[in-house]
Amino acid sequence: MLAIATVYLIALLSAEKQILIIALLLAGIAVVIAAAWFGVLEGLGATFADHENALGGWAIIAALAAAAYFYDNHFVLLLVITVLLYSVATLGLNVQFGYAGVLNFAGASFFGIGAYTSAVLNTYTSLPHVLVLAAGGFLAALAGSLLLFPVLRTRGHYAAVVTIAFALLFKTFLEVNDVLGGPQGMQVKGMRILGWSFNDNIEIGKISLSFYMNYFVVGLLLLVGAIILVRRLERSWIGLNLDALRLDETAANCFGLDIARWKITAFLIGNFLIGIAGALFGMVGGFVAPNNYTFADSLILVSILLLGGIGNPWGLIVATIIVVVVPEKLQTIQEYRFLLYALMVIAVLLFRPQGLLPRPVRRYFPGWRP
Amino acid sequence: MSALLESRNLSKHFGGVSALDGLNLTVAPNEILGLIGPNGSGKTTFFNVITGIYSADSGQVRFEGADVTNANGRAIYQAGISRTFQRSRLSLPLSIFDNIMIGNHKRLNQGLWFNLVRRGDFKREFEESYAAARTLVEVFEPALANRLFEPVAGLPMIDRRRIEICRALIGAPKLLLLDEPSAGMTHEETVNLMNDILLVRERNQNLSIIIVEHEMGVIERITDRCVVLNFGRKIAEGPYRKVAADAQVQEAYLGAA
Repeated sequence: MLAIATVYLIALLSAEKQILIIALLLAGIAVVIAAAWFGVLEGLGATFADHENALGGWAIIAALAAAAYFYDNHFVLLLVITVLLYSVATLGLNVQFGYAGVLNFAGASFFGIGAYTSAVLNTYTSLPHVLVLAAGGFLAALAGSLLLFPVLRTRGHYAAVVTIAFALLFKTFLEVNDVLGGPQGMQVKGMRILGWSFNDNIEIGKISLSFYMNYFVVGLLLLVGAIILVRRLERSWIGLNLDALRLDETAANCFGLDIARWKITAFLIGNFLIGIAGALFGMVGGFVAPNNYTFADSLILVSILLLGGIGNPWGLIVATIIVVVVPEKLQTIQEYRFLLYALMVIAVLLFRPQGLLPRPVRRYFPGWRP
Repeated sequence: MSALLESRNLSKHFGGVSALDGLNLTVAPNEILGLIGPNGSGKTTFFNVITGIYSADSGQVRFEGADVTNANGRAIYQAGISRTFQRSRLSLPLSIFDNIMIGNHKRLNQGLWFNLVRRGDFKREFEESYAAARTLVEVFEPALANRLFEPVAGLPMIDRRRIEICRALIGAPKLLLLDEPSAGMTHEETVNLMNDILLVRERNQNLSIIIVEHEMGVIERITDRCVVLNFGRKIAEGPYRKVAADAQVQEAYLGAA
């Protein structure tokens, strides 16, 4: 099943002709709708839930297979890396919104904080680049906590309003700040770990691998780490606390939950993931500019969350693939991609409000039987 | 006899309406106190003031001798008071086990490191909690004990009540506040539920209960003592038979003769 999906994805990524891409997309949509119609998806979802570790292993193999197939194709590899890092960022958003119920409309801004962190640190310091990634995460978490500390104590969606304001301010702040390059942005030095430069192609015998392969490996590790973290979080008392306070704050408070503490914890963890992903993304692109981290980009992240199924990491990855890859491959609709996102989100909210892959009931240890 | 819970001159106003008007009330250890009165007489408000959902305008609440007036919900829970709600407030998408564990908050290790990294230790605590939840649920409904990982949303009202009571009991409170546990249930279901509650108290002699209830059969059978409220004031107190015969109480319920 996953093998078919991988082959399909590789075919889609390698297809060049627009008409072929449209045909492939329509075929994919038709298959999914047909499967849903005949009730295959539910059974499939249950099987996946029972054998999640195996599924994870196969997903890694599938990703490696896709990367190996495109070993010298810069463009496709960049696209795959984008999917990996956006997935990490939406996993962060998922902890905030999906679990704790705190809406974050500044996802792209915190992503940008990570990216600018790596731009500044790589330019002005000789900090090891692995630590730069962590610094990006910490700074995004710090900015988020300073921003939301006063607001998270209140009820309702005030936090969401504050994040919208922050998203708008952040872009302006970058544009007027000369140290950070103003509207033109900054160059980011490529990643280098233990003398291994990430921006050179890898030569193995006669085969030359794209330099993006380096970033692909780090991105994949990051995503695997993020999934493990988010999974463990969900399957712990902390995940339960977050669900409890999202669903009924009053009742949660009556049973001893410190609402503000857990909201902030969730927000920090989420922002940390977003910031790390942003820091690596800055190095991958080699360039950061204010226009890459706008409110509109934050909305794209939120739409991935709604599309994929709030609370389900696998759904988020599928949704990220759809949202990132489809507009890139369908150049003809580039200009209308926001329209496309809007239509997708509306369609999902109307016909499948729980998202493509809904979140199953929590099992603390998959396969555990009393 | 020292009181477990004591309220002195407790008052709460909503605009011009006084929901609680200088209420004096005590609960002894291991006592089941019935709190009765017509609709709007201040019974649920009393629960909400004690558990920190509303703050009192004046007066004092003491629990085990300590002043807990206007303490927040968390502190009240930590001190050993837990409650159920008049309209069931379970988290419907979560499983039975999850809902019960919300009530077990103070006994679960909430550390980040413990929850995310030390999964072996976490699993041990999880298994102990599972056993505790299962034992408790078995008292109320053995059939539910095998379905702890099903979502609450699919359960009938009677089972939801049971889960809510289990959620309040799992943390071993000293005082349980039951807000109309029989609402929306048949007579027979109510009888069963009350038997289960009595069974739990038999096993745990340190548990006191305040029960708000409109079904007088329930009150008569399970309470040691009753307090009757009307317009936020106590109008009668004593064993059920005595208060039921009281002229003021009959007037409050049936109107002036």
